[in-house]
Amino acid sequence: MFTMMHLAKSRFSFTIFLIYLFLIVATITMLLPYYWMLITSVKPQGEIQTYPPKFYVQHPTLQPYRDLLNLVPMGRYILNSLYICVTVVLFKVFACTLAGYVFAKHRFWGRDWIFMTFLASLMIPWQVNIIPGFIIVKNLGWINTFSGLIIPTMGWCAFGIFLSRQYIYSIPNDLIDAARIDGCNEWQIYLNVILPLVKPVIATLAIFTFIQEWNNLVWPLVIVNSSAMKTVPLALAVLSSQTSSNFGMLMAGAVMATTPILIVFLMFQRYIIKGVALTGLKG
Amino acid sequence: MAQRKFWEELKRQQVSYWFILAPFFLFFVFVVIPTVASIFLSFTKYNVINPPHWVGFGNYKDIILHDFRFRKAMLNTIIYIIGVVPIGVILAVILAVAIDQKIRCKNFFKGVLFLPIVTSIVASSVMWRWLFAGEKYGLINYYIVMKLGFKPIDWLMSPVWTLPAIMIMSVWAGIGYNVILFIAGLQTIPQTVYEAAEVDGAGFWHKFWHITIPLLRPTVVFVVIMSCISSFQVFEQIYVMTGGGGSHIGGVLDCALTSVPYIFDEGFNKFNMGYASALAYILFLFVLVLTFINNKFVQSKVEY
Repeated sequence: MFTMMHLAKSRFSFTIFLIYLFLIVATITMLLPYYWMLITSVKPQGEIQTYPPKFYVQHPTLQPYRDLLNLVPMGRYILNSLYICVTVVLFKVFACTLAGYVFAKHRFWGRDWIFMTFLASLMIPWQVNIIPGFIIVKNLGWINTFSGLIIPTMGWCAFGIFLSRQYIYSIPNDLIDAARIDGCNEWQIYLNVILPLVKPVIATLAIFTFIQEWNNLVWPLVIVNSSAMKTVPLALAVLSSQTSSNFGMLMAGAVMATTPILIVFLMFQRYIIKGVALTGLKG
Repeated sequence: MAQRKFWEELKRQQVSYWFILAPFFLFFVFVVIPTVASIFLSFTKYNVINPPHWVGFGNYKDIILHDFRFRKAMLNTIIYIIGVVPIGVILAVILAVAIDQKIRCKNFFKGVLFLPIVTSIVASSVMWRWLFAGEKYGLINYYIVMKLGFKPIDWLMSPVWTLPAIMIMSVWAGIGYNVILFIAGLQTIPQTVYEAAEVDGAGFWHKFWHITIPLLRPTVVFVVIMSCISSFQVFEQIYVMTGGGGSHIGGVLDCALTSVPYIFDEGFNKFNMGYASALAYILFLFVLVLTFINNKFVQSKVEY
């Protein structure tokens, strides 16, 4: 069969050449900011503000990282962020798949109404909730605590529930009934039948929740004002507002903030891109 | 009797309720209650220290009739949307079609374009703050502006150039998401349509204009509206690139103040929480309208 591709190869190789050229220019544009960040973060002070700007380092140094770590406890912030991410991910994976199972396979009074309420919340932008959310957290005494950073975030589980519910809905009822006849209770069905079958959902949920939480600026910005409780994005934003000259140090901070998430991305690239294409989720 | 049956049924069902209890409780306390409370707050004056003071529609009236900063913020938001959405969509369509051809390294190109989506906007903004550095030290100033024969621009300090700089960064940061959606959309176009066109002797560009673009329209509509919604709510890049907050949010003379940063400024810098809630609800209305348009368009089926 004669496909578009064969034609393209034989008759329009010039078009293919243009396409490669275009994509390579695009790639350079996309990667240049990262390269510039990385290269600036290992330049000695004297090489950073030079004229013309140089794309290479003459005397690489880790001084910007030392400056950064002397000024702010970046290690502590990375641990804070990791702690928040891991807790929220574990909770969401567990709670969303369990609730998704219930909404997909159980019949109970009020089910559709409760599910619709969850769905409707997907339309609510964060700026509508954030002020009362802040007041609630303040009254609970959770300002500057992990509770304040973690627990309200767990409430935003509508999308995860929706995703799990859609997936679990397609699992045949026979499987569940067979387990019931074998004497499994609901909890055992969830553990032994549902969980092993929803691994793709678990992966998608876990990865996206991790990325979202790692990059979340707004909630920590509102909830945290002590130095010890900052998360990585918050620390970087504050650092940026205080930096007007030491760009090496600022770029070192940006490198430290992006590296963990880039590792996650490189590990799960296919999963992430497929997840976006299928669900419209945004990282 | 009926009542007793109801209780028995409920008892049998109770495991379902236990299973959704935790997420529902948190959802109720931290999503539902704040959403409703926000409506109440929007009719009050509230500064966290004193109890809320009822003012009826006062906040809404002030916003619509007297608030010049709100108008400036809305104007900037519209400029931002008009700049970011079309460029982001057109570039993404071209990139998606390019990647969809028979070429090598597809996943590499996809991955590279997607990189900024997983990078936090804060880190991206910080990178671009440095790319947009003023005078002749900034990369963009030296290699683009000055090579084109202009004087170096003090991008993030100038009332004219702050918003365009943030818009450029936003296109860069968001394009990968659109590209992935368009590539998914391209997969839905049946290969047979292309083959039929080839039999009729259609070339690459002919097929692009007369098959790909018309058949990709549903995806285009979806992406345009999604981009409008997310551009409407742009916050982090404005917050970081205009100096990182304090009273400076929005840059020199509010030149880059858009709607959500304005809400944040009113709510958390000036502690006009009632007023900020009213602002948030007005914005929510705009987003809802966009969402409904989206549902209407996306649900309409396309026949090949």
